[in-house]
Amino acid sequence: MVKQLRKQETRVITGNACSAYAVRLCRPDVVALYPITPQSEVVEQLTRFKADGLLDAEMIEVEGENSAMNSVTAACVAGGRVYTATASYGLAFMYDAMMQTSGFRAPVVMTNVNREIPGIHAVSTSQQDLISVRDIGWLEIIVEDDQEIVDTTIQAFRLAEDYEIQLPLMLNYDGYYVSYSAEAVQIPMIEDVDEFLSVLKKQPQRMKLIPGKPLGAGSHGLLRAYTELRYKHLAAMQRAKAKFDQIDKEYGDMFGRYYGGQIEEYRCDDADIILVTSGSASGTAKTVVDSQREKGVKVGLVKIRMYRPFPKEKLANVLKGRKAIGVLDRSVHFGWNSGPMYAEIRALTPEIGIVPMMSFIDGIANLDITASNIERMIRDIYAASKGDKYQETTWISLEE
Amino acid sequence: MAIKKIEYPYESCWSDADQLVLYMETGTWRTSRPKLDKEKCTYCGICALYCPPQCMKDKGDHFEPNLEFCKGCGICVKECPRKAITMVPEEG
Repeated sequence: MVKQLRKQETRVITGNACSAYAVRLCRPDVVALYPITPQSEVVEQLTRFKADGLLDAEMIEVEGENSAMNSVTAACVAGGRVYTATASYGLAFMYDAMMQTSGFRAPVVMTNVNREIPGIHAVSTSQQDLISVRDIGWLEIIVEDDQEIVDTTIQAFRLAEDYEIQLPLMLNYDGYYVSYSAEAVQIPMIEDVDEFLSVLKKQPQRMKLIPGKPLGAGSHGLLRAYTELRYKHLAAMQRAKAKFDQIDKEYGDMFGRYYGGQIEEYRCDDADIILVTSGSASGTAKTVVDSQREKGVKVGLVKIRMYRPFPKEKLANVLKGRKAIGVLDRSVHFGWNSGPMYAEIRALTPEIGIVPMMSFIDGIANLDITASNIERMIRDIYAASKGDKYQETTWISLEE
Repeated sequence: MAIKKIEYPYESCWSDADQLVLYMETGTWRTSRPKLDKEKCTYCGICALYCPPQCMKDKGDHFEPNLEFCKGCGICVKECPRKAITMVPEEG
């Protein structure tokens, strides 16, 4: 039986507008935003919704990102549904507040439009910002295109606020490439989103600050109490994996779009070699996988959607038994002289088996990850799978 | 190894000294304790306002420190306008 899908509205909007449209559908109570390139359009669009009477949220015009994160965290601890968005330097400026948020287990949903992080001043894309905050207890999800922003933003509130999870969530997409690209997207109706999120209302209430009922949030914890709260935090992170898969399935059943949850597998079934990607480069890479398949190269693609917690079981399962694996990173790992996702996948060697593993660094600071760059990567992985000598880390755009 | 026992009922650091959910017995830090002379106390509440760990309990006609949390800092003694509180050394 074919499921009756919900009616949806088609619009041609940018990635940033997709964030704003999806957030409006989730009916947040408090939104605190500070504009920063390439995220500013999210602020503009949500403010426009508020001015037009389409968004019934308290909007706080903060003086910076640190205040934005502290405002939404406080509102969240008071029981509200909250949202904020930032990028790069803005993310860096809210770093201390973000750690409080996750320690409070406040389910804040934040969009982070990926941009290079301080160091060499660059108003350009890269995933270095999300990498720099990967271990502060936030859920991190990376999406590929405009439609995925709409759908995953709605799913984000379901996942973060779930009683079993109660964790802040950062939704990432590549600045410039996705943030400003307009595409035709399907936007669900607000009543259907209400229904999708109504599951949360049937769950037990999370702890919240209520006037007249004194309670401390973010209290001092030491020794065993602190350790126990960390243990619970990590346990919740692990629960988020299966929960994300389940939410993806439920969402797909309602609206007809599935993304695979933690990871997306593309033509992996009989693949000898696999390229692991994330974010907007995955679209180009899928096209190249198709053309290589036509030439007889048995290549598959795995797209990492959930980066924190790291989908190690799913990845080990799909990467096991392949002849060679390449990982494309749009960021660098200063410690390993490679890409960071490569390093984490290499840590799965006991599960995957010893095969050639290669790190490709490309697309940082607005270098385009072109089809020919991806072809080069697949060619290298294929050669390594045939026993050729290979180098561990390749800076694609710096090679001759 | 299995985790022995989860002692704290909440997922995060929520605290309420009355229900004693997540707290430190700061009273163990004390070397001297405040002692109230009820005759002098006018129930003005200044000691409760200044008490850093907020451990002064309202008893209806006077305030008394909750000695589980009183660190013995002596700020109440300094602030009391009636000099109704004095510090007494802890024994042992």
